[in-house]
Amino acid sequence: MSALTQYLSKNLRDYGMMAALIIIVVVFQFLTDNRLLIPNNVAALVQQNAYVFILTIGMVMVIVAGHIDLSVGSVVAFVGGVMGVLIVQEQIPWLLAVVIGLGIGALVGAWQGFWIAYMGIPAFIVTLAGMLIFRGLAIVIAGTTISGFPGEFNAISKGSLPNVLGFAGDLDALTLLIGGVAIGGLIFGQLRSRRVLQREGLAAEPLVAFVGKLVVIGLLIGFITYLLAKSAGGTPIVLVIVGALVVIYTFVMNKTVFGRHIYAIGGNLSAAILSGVNTRRVNFMIFVNMGVLAAVAGIVTTARAGSAVASAGNMFELDAIAAAFIGGTAVTGGVGKVTGAIIGALIMGVLNMGLSIMGVDAAWQQTIKGLVLLAAVAFDILNKRKTGAV
Amino acid sequence: MSTDNVILEMRGITKTFPGVKALQDVTLQVTRGEVHAICGENGAGKSTLMKVLSGVYPHGSYTGDILFEDEPCEFRTIRDSEERGIVIIHQELALSPYLSIAENIFLGNERAKGGVIDWHKTNSEAAMLLARVGLTEHPDTKVMDIGVGKQQLVEIAKALSKRVKLLILDEPTAALNDEDSAHLLDLMRSLKGQGITSIIISHKLNEIAAIADSTTIIRDGQTIETLDMHGAEPVTEDRIIRAMVGRSLENRYPERTPEIGEEALRVENWTVHHPNDHSRVVVDNANLDVRKGEIVGIAGLMGAGRTEFAMSVFGRSYGSNISGRLVKDGEEISPKSVKQAINAGIAYATEDRKRYGLNLIEDIKRNISSSALGKLSRFGVVDGRTEVGTAEGYRKDMNIKAPSVDAVTGKLSGGNQQKVVLSKWIFADPDVLILDEPTRGIDVGAKYEIYQIINKLAEQGKAVIVISSELPELLGICDRVFAMSQGRITGVLPRGEADQESLMRYMTMEKESAQA
Repeated sequence: MSALTQYLSKNLRDYGMMAALIIIVVVFQFLTDNRLLIPNNVAALVQQNAYVFILTIGMVMVIVAGHIDLSVGSVVAFVGGVMGVLIVQEQIPWLLAVVIGLGIGALVGAWQGFWIAYMGIPAFIVTLAGMLIFRGLAIVIAGTTISGFPGEFNAISKGSLPNVLGFAGDLDALTLLIGGVAIGGLIFGQLRSRRVLQREGLAAEPLVAFVGKLVVIGLLIGFITYLLAKSAGGTPIVLVIVGALVVIYTFVMNKTVFGRHIYAIGGNLSAAILSGVNTRRVNFMIFVNMGVLAAVAGIVTTARAGSAVASAGNMFELDAIAAAFIGGTAVTGGVGKVTGAIIGALIMGVLNMGLSIMGVDAAWQQTIKGLVLLAAVAFDILNKRKTGAV
Repeated sequence: MSTDNVILEMRGITKTFPGVKALQDVTLQVTRGEVHAICGENGAGKSTLMKVLSGVYPHGSYTGDILFEDEPCEFRTIRDSEERGIVIIHQELALSPYLSIAENIFLGNERAKGGVIDWHKTNSEAAMLLARVGLTEHPDTKVMDIGVGKQQLVEIAKALSKRVKLLILDEPTAALNDEDSAHLLDLMRSLKGQGITSIIISHKLNEIAAIADSTTIIRDGQTIETLDMHGAEPVTEDRIIRAMVGRSLENRYPERTPEIGEEALRVENWTVHHPNDHSRVVVDNANLDVRKGEIVGIAGLMGAGRTEFAMSVFGRSYGSNISGRLVKDGEEISPKSVKQAINAGIAYATEDRKRYGLNLIEDIKRNISSSALGKLSRFGVVDGRTEVGTAEGYRKDMNIKAPSVDAVTGKLSGGNQQKVVLSKWIFADPDVLILDEPTRGIDVGAKYEIYQIINKLAEQGKAVIVISSELPELLGICDRVFAMSQGRITGVLPRGEADQESLMRYMTMEKESAQA
């Protein structure tokens, strides 16, 4: 076997997922008579699925550490209700309300983290209780619906970055700039880490795979940039939020002590304890973090609906969990990447949108999504068994 | 011994694991109706032999013949051997704690008609079996509600329910108190009266002397001899010990000239209770000290409390109601968590590296850095380049055989995994290193390398405590050896005065009450 094929088969999961996403996009593009990738649909895809992206980032961390969080959908509704009370009923400035909302998310996370990390109650139970508790509280606060949010608040989800740089042809110049910076940053960052690896004499990926990966991802970003620049509004504000979260949390998971400790706990809890990791505090912080991200998702969801709805966020936890698993997070913990989960969320989002455009019944959509989840995890486990990694 | 009286004969049994010959041409002959003891050091091959006999290792995975009641046996599963009347009771009891005594006795062998349990028959037969082993508990009692000693008896009742002809007990009294042990031995005598043959594996030589009719000694996977316990010449404990350890020390240990400095760590009156059973004393008033540049060993048989002692010192990671004093460099310390212990300069490398030592799905560099990530990070951000460089340094220093520090530790050999564990703790830069079975499951070549690493650590002025079940190893590398038995430090011998027999005597020393 050549070094390249050996490398590819070893990293089948990572590349396979990206390939699967591209294939799904191409197939739907064809099935929908090229309607999937019209510019406004791409912007809508981001806006519709923003909550999955945000939640699944936190969920990856929760699952890598060996837990689960079933409460995030209810927390979304609860924080939405709080937004409604503060902004619509109490007329508090919306920015201040957002900050309070994030704080309340942290408190919710601290509550659950306390029971899980310090009282030793399984996360499944604690967050199942949380699912009921916070759904109930959402209904208590919001009744059914609180509407009448100011436009500035709703712009978080519905708005786009202003066209401050004018147009290049019919393309939004700011969007092009952001896309260019993203591609440049990607290439710079990858080249830098490759140089470090080589200097330390470590096996970097084969040059062909490295260049191939950069070209494919670069083209993808470039293509999406082009589509967004052509869309009605340019870059959605929520995309900036999601993008920032992805960059921040990729950094947290890869480069920080906190991230390391999460992988250590999920990989071998006993070894982590005997290595001096304060596992309780790490577990606690993981849930505080999940609470904050659920609050972000709650704010985004409320802004998108333009009203706080007590039944909002229903089943969001399952979307987030499914995206994480499709994205290669190990069911047993210890393994998982933020970027993987984002691709998992994209696969689900494209499926949703493509099937909707085709007019497929919602019931069938659910069935198909279920099968995709099962197939992805089965592929993972069979692949591991084949390579003898288990 | 006439052959028609032989119930079991194992001939020329050889069993190999990848890289290790666990059993080599082992012979065992058990006479009908006797209690036959099997003795040997930890790792000598006793349990492997019993697993071959009971079908845990199926026919074909070993070579040699088993004759039971003059018929050749080819057991593929435990069920096969049980059908013939051979039942093994393992050290770790195989009872389901939430089921009743009666349900446990007939587990997998239910008294049922057409898949429906006959509860009347189940309970009445269970009551009869319980009476035979001297238990008065109601068959409905849940197993978790009775003590370990009684659970052991339930296991025997379960064996009786299978019409056992040959009962094998693997360290049956290791977890029992004196009273329960005495009761169990009585029961074995009464079973012998009922015509049941037993094999008992035990480290407790006084028990063997009390109950066995003959004793087979196994050493390094080979049968050494079988002693007739009722022969003309009385078999003393010393006689057994000599046979158990009687091998010559070859040049398997690197030379070292110790340079011993000030006292590094002193443990005083250290008492530890079982984490769940707060009344059970696991470490009993132990005293130990180690100096800078010194290598100190702790010898002891399984269940002596060595690991429990070490882990309780290491930030109280084991046990409850811990009392006693830790004095490091002349000052009292009281680390209450692993983190505090590491900060106080103590490190502990576990005996079970796969379960407690390594994150097997993670690579070498991240395992090495895991106990001292703070040294590689600033404001909570890990410096990846320094981490790679550090790990690479250890890979070369320790001669870890792996393509790079990116290799996943789960795929390394035992010796290389152990080197990663050692690197991890050396990187934490402790003053006192406790190494628990540092060479367990490692081939001879890698062992020598580990000894060299240990010597180098001592040369650097670190205090090293080595826990090992291999006496030659302790005698080969340590300056002083402490012996533990039943949670107590029973003796300490300097290198010049220690030999395997004197250590084994301390290691098998019973409590005063038991000796009387």
